[in-house]
Amino acid sequence: MMEVILSSRSSSKAKLAVEDVSKTFLTSQGKVQALDNITLQVQSGEFVCLLGPSGCGKTTLLNIIAGLEIPDSGRVFADGLPVTDAGSDRQVMFQEPALFPWLTVIGNVMFALNLKRELTDKTRREAAESYLRLVGLERFMRANIHELSGGMKQRVALARALAPDPVVLLMDEPFGSLDALTREQLYGDLQDIWEKHRRTIVFVTHNAREAACLGDRVLIFSSRPGRIREQFEIRLPRPRDINSVELAEYSTAITRALKSHLNQGEEEVGE
Amino acid sequence: MRRWLALLTFFGVLTAAWEVLVLEGVWPRVLVPAPTDIASYLGTSFLDGTLTGAIWITLRRLILGYAAGFALGLPLGLLVAKFKYFEGTLGLAALGFQALPSICWAPLALLWFGQTETAMFFIVIMGSVWSIMLATNSGIRNIPPIYVRAARTMGSRGVHTWLKVVFPAALPFIVSGMKQGWAFAWRSLMAAEIYITIITGFGLGHLLHYGRELHAMDAVLGIMIIIILIGLLTDRLLFWPVESYIHRRWGTAE
Repeated sequence: MMEVILSSRSSSKAKLAVEDVSKTFLTSQGKVQALDNITLQVQSGEFVCLLGPSGCGKTTLLNIIAGLEIPDSGRVFADGLPVTDAGSDRQVMFQEPALFPWLTVIGNVMFALNLKRELTDKTRREAAESYLRLVGLERFMRANIHELSGGMKQRVALARALAPDPVVLLMDEPFGSLDALTREQLYGDLQDIWEKHRRTIVFVTHNAREAACLGDRVLIFSSRPGRIREQFEIRLPRPRDINSVELAEYSTAITRALKSHLNQGEEEVGE
Repeated sequence: MRRWLALLTFFGVLTAAWEVLVLEGVWPRVLVPAPTDIASYLGTSFLDGTLTGAIWITLRRLILGYAAGFALGLPLGLLVAKFKYFEGTLGLAALGFQALPSICWAPLALLWFGQTETAMFFIVIMGSVWSIMLATNSGIRNIPPIYVRAARTMGSRGVHTWLKVVFPAALPFIVSGMKQGWAFAWRSLMAAEIYITIITGFGLGHLLHYGRELHAMDAVLGIMIIIILIGLLTDRLLFWPVESYIHRRWGTAE
C-alpha cells in the first residue's frame, strides 16, 4: 500500500518558504481569487511538484516565488531572505524555452553568468561548458537556437537555469510541449541531474503521472480559489520509470484525489 | 560561378538585341541611344570627372542625411516605445510624416535654408527618420514579453536589459526599417536633386536634369544606370550582410 501523508508544517529551516500568500486578479468576468492563503515549505534538495488543473493558480504561485509577480498579501522567503523582486537566486524554466535567438547556445547559458561580477570570463565559460555537458549538449555550444529540436531547447534552458547556481529551480510545465518520447528521456535526465546535484526544485504540472515520476512530494491544487488541498509523498526509489506499475498506482490515487477536489470546487462555486 | 554566367548571358543577350535594334534603325537613336553610345558617354564623363564628382556629391548627401536620420530615428523610436505619452503624440506624428512623400518638404526646405546643402540634408533626413523611428517602435513592441521576464529572473535590469535583450530582440525589425528608410531617403534625394539646383555641387539628379535639357539621351540613360547600380550596391554591401546574419541566427527564411 502506498502512504498518503498530509502536510506537516515543519518549522525547520526551509530552503523556500511561502507564507499565507494570496492573490486576486481582476478579469472581465470579475474578481478571480487565484491564490488563497497558500503556505508551503520546501526543504533543501527537495523536489516538490505542484499539481492542479489549468487556471488553478499554480503558475501564479511560481511567478510570485520567482518575484515576477507581487502577492496581495503574504510573503516568500528564499534561503531565509524575503523575496521582493526577481533575482538569479531563483531560476525559472518556462513552458516555452524562452531562449534568446540572437545568442548561440553557450551565449544563452552565459547570459546570467555574465551578470555575476565576481566571476572571471574564464570561470564563466568553464561553468557554461560544464552545464552544457551535464545536459548532453557540449557538441552544440556554438549552434544557433533555431537549429535545435524542442527537447534540445529545453535542455539548453535547463543548463541556463542551473548555471547561476540558484537556491531554487522553478519549473513551469517545461516539458508540456514536447513529444512523449522526448519527454520520457528528459524525465530520466532531470532525475539524474537532480540526484547528482541535489537542487531544490519546484515543478508545476497538470500531469499526475509526471508529478508522481519526478516529485518527492506532490501538492494538489484546486482552482478558484487556488488552494493546496492535499499532499502525497512519493516513496519510490529513483530513477523512476514513468511507465512502471508502482508509479501508475500513485498516479491513479493522485488523479482520483485531484478529481474529487475538482468536483468539490465546482460545488462550492454553485452554492 | 553559374550565377554569374546566367547573369552575363541574360543581360548580354538583352544588350546585344538592344544594340542591333538601334543600329538597324528600328528604334530612333535620338530617343533610344545604343548601349555603346551610353557606354562611351559613361567612359568620357568618368574620365573628365563629371560623373565621379556627381556620384561623390550625391553619396555624401545621402550618407550624411541618412546617418543623421538614423541617429534621430532610433532614440525617437525607443522613446515612443517606452512612454505611452509619446506613443499617442509623437508616434502619431511620425505616422503622418511617413505618409507624406518627403519631396513635399522641398518647398519648405528651400524657403528655410535656401539653395544650400542644408536643404538637401533636411530632405534626406525627413525621408529616412520616420521609417526608422516607426520600425524601432514596432520592433520593440513585438518582442515576446517572455524574453524580458527571463532576463529579469537572470538578474538583468534597466540599461542592461535594453542593450542586451530589447535591442537585439528588435533588431530584425529595426534593420527592415533602416532599409525602408534608406529607400525613402534615396528616392527623395533624387527627386530633390532634379527639382532643386544647388550651387555648391551638382549631384546625379542634376546631371539627369541637364541631360534632359540638352536632350542628351545617352547621358540620361547612363546616369539612370549609375543610380540603379548605386542602389544595388548599397543593398548588397550595407544591408545584405546584416540581413544574412539575422537569417542565420534567427533561422528565418533563405
